[in-house]
Amino acid sequence: MKQEFVLTLEGVNKSFEGFKAISDLNFYLDDGELRVVIGPNGAGKSTMLDLITGRTRPDTGKIEFSRDTDLTRLNEAQINRIGIGRKFQTPSVYVDHTVSENIWLSLEGPRNVWATLFSRVTPAHKERIDQVLNLIGLTTKANTKAGLLSHGQKQWLEIGMLLAQNPRVLLVDEPAAGMTDEETVKTGELLLSLAGKHSIVVIEHDMTFVRQIASKVTVLHQGHVLKEGTVDQVQQDEQVIEVYLGRKKKGTH
Amino acid sequence: MKKPNKQELIWIGLAAFVIILVIPWLNAGTSPDSFWHVSNFSVTVYGKYLCYAVLALSVNLLWGYTGLLSLGQALFFSLGGYALGMHLMLMIGKLGQYKADIPDFMVFLEFPKRFPETGGLPPHWIPFKSFWFAASAVIWVPAIVAFIFGWLAFRSRIKGVYFSILSQALTYAACLMFFRNDFTFGGNNGLTDFKFILGNEINSPGTKRWLYVASAILLLLTYLFCRWLTMTKFGLIQRAIRDSENRVLFSGYATASFKMFVFVVSAVIAALGGALFVPQVGIINPSEMAPEKSLEAVVWCAVGGRHTLIGPILGAISVNALKSYATWAFPEQWLYLLGGLFILVVLFMPKGIVGIPEQLNGFRKRFFKRRDPDTVPFTQAPTLEPAGKE
Repeated sequence: MKQEFVLTLEGVNKSFEGFKAISDLNFYLDDGELRVVIGPNGAGKSTMLDLITGRTRPDTGKIEFSRDTDLTRLNEAQINRIGIGRKFQTPSVYVDHTVSENIWLSLEGPRNVWATLFSRVTPAHKERIDQVLNLIGLTTKANTKAGLLSHGQKQWLEIGMLLAQNPRVLLVDEPAAGMTDEETVKTGELLLSLAGKHSIVVIEHDMTFVRQIASKVTVLHQGHVLKEGTVDQVQQDEQVIEVYLGRKKKGTH
Repeated sequence: MKKPNKQELIWIGLAAFVIILVIPWLNAGTSPDSFWHVSNFSVTVYGKYLCYAVLALSVNLLWGYTGLLSLGQALFFSLGGYALGMHLMLMIGKLGQYKADIPDFMVFLEFPKRFPETGGLPPHWIPFKSFWFAASAVIWVPAIVAFIFGWLAFRSRIKGVYFSILSQALTYAACLMFFRNDFTFGGNNGLTDFKFILGNEINSPGTKRWLYVASAILLLLTYLFCRWLTMTKFGLIQRAIRDSENRVLFSGYATASFKMFVFVVSAVIAALGGALFVPQVGIINPSEMAPEKSLEAVVWCAVGGRHTLIGPILGAISVNALKSYATWAFPEQWLYLLGGLFILVVLFMPKGIVGIPEQLNGFRKRFFKRRDPDTVPFTQAPTLEPAGKE
């Protein structure tokens, strides 16, 4: 019987001016799973997220959401609206707005121009904003301008903005980058608590962090899945060690 | 989610009272010898400033609030002016130089040969005999032009300086087109020598006064509209697009539609300003669309202080008052003065005129800190009074 995945990438290829960023990539994400994607620089991790979120189009291959939604036909905003949220590597928040306004703009709801002209903050919105702020630990900062937050707090706020949309899939690009150890641990706990309710893909470099959150790890190399398995399996794999540490001589080209 | 600032509204109310009621009364109700008298000439000049302030608000809605630096906003101002100007041309009747049924330039350019079946009037001019048609064209012509340009630019994700350059190219192209005699809008002379508006003599002090009042009311309504718009969720998204467009796009908002909406709205605002500008100055010609006109409007915003609604109004009025003085006192140097002013503001007054009190406050604090040996640097000294909330 065919298993149902929340995200399916099959035979995906993408080149940029001759450089093959993604090559015959197959990637399957289970519902409610928390998956970590690792790989050396230029392995195609961010490009993979670009392909899923509609920022770039694949040259060939299949990218599907849930059972039969073809993501290659939708644009960024549409893909977000059907339930795929993405957090960028550098924190992207609305610096001129307060923390709760940032969340309010991200809450599920109509996204067209007319709706926003006449939309007000309802008690239900307020409750949901408080709930999200509580989850990301920024309750005391509700009325602070986002631009005044620390780097780590901005990262959490952006995760909170994603949660406010209540997406089925969360794509999180290097959430722990630039965080202190303590903040990193907190971020890991947050992501772990979200798994199950959402399906999550985390791209990460920091192996301590990966150890903390990952049950299943996908290693990308040259735009291709090199290995999939538990952290231990992956760390002991000959090929992975070779790619990361470069023990053997490189290819003959 | 923003609390309305009551203090600001009180000041606006006061200013509106003076501009809409007191100045016209000083013009009409005091004797010309009185110290308080405002001359007819001044009323027209002030009216012109107010129209420019409307243009400045429209630039600011794009630049200050959405991050779209449009260098072609004077195009929409001029289109509004042309639309009403066409009606005013047709109201001249037989009072022109040629005593003809059609405007002078049409006689002069031999339009009766080109459009014999209408007696020389180009077909698209005919509906402009109706004031209300012309008034509606003030709105829909710029709206359609802005929509088409916005659709092309925002759909293809043209951003930043590329958008600025394209918007400037658009107004320059339009300028060159309107310069052509066969484009049927009066060539480089444009539209002028107006006689009547809604049956009133256009140059009479009474009409001028009413046009001034109309400009003042338009400015007030534009201000209130922008104020409302920036406080809605839409306004929040506008500024979010300015600060982090990708985040907005990846939060499910089709940012192109939002930018298109703002672009069309601000084109209409600019056009309304232009429509009231033309009967007061008595002329509209293609030089009003020249790129430097749009640049000037950007300077007004920068000088007054973008990111605020009051700033562009103050900037438009003060820079134009300075221009009126400078072009009379030293006409050759005016452009250097304008350029210098812009550099000065960008370097030393990033928040413009509205930012001055804040800047002075900053200087004062630094000055006192240095003299106070007990103040520890980098920490907030405890204040005795609660911070300025009223």
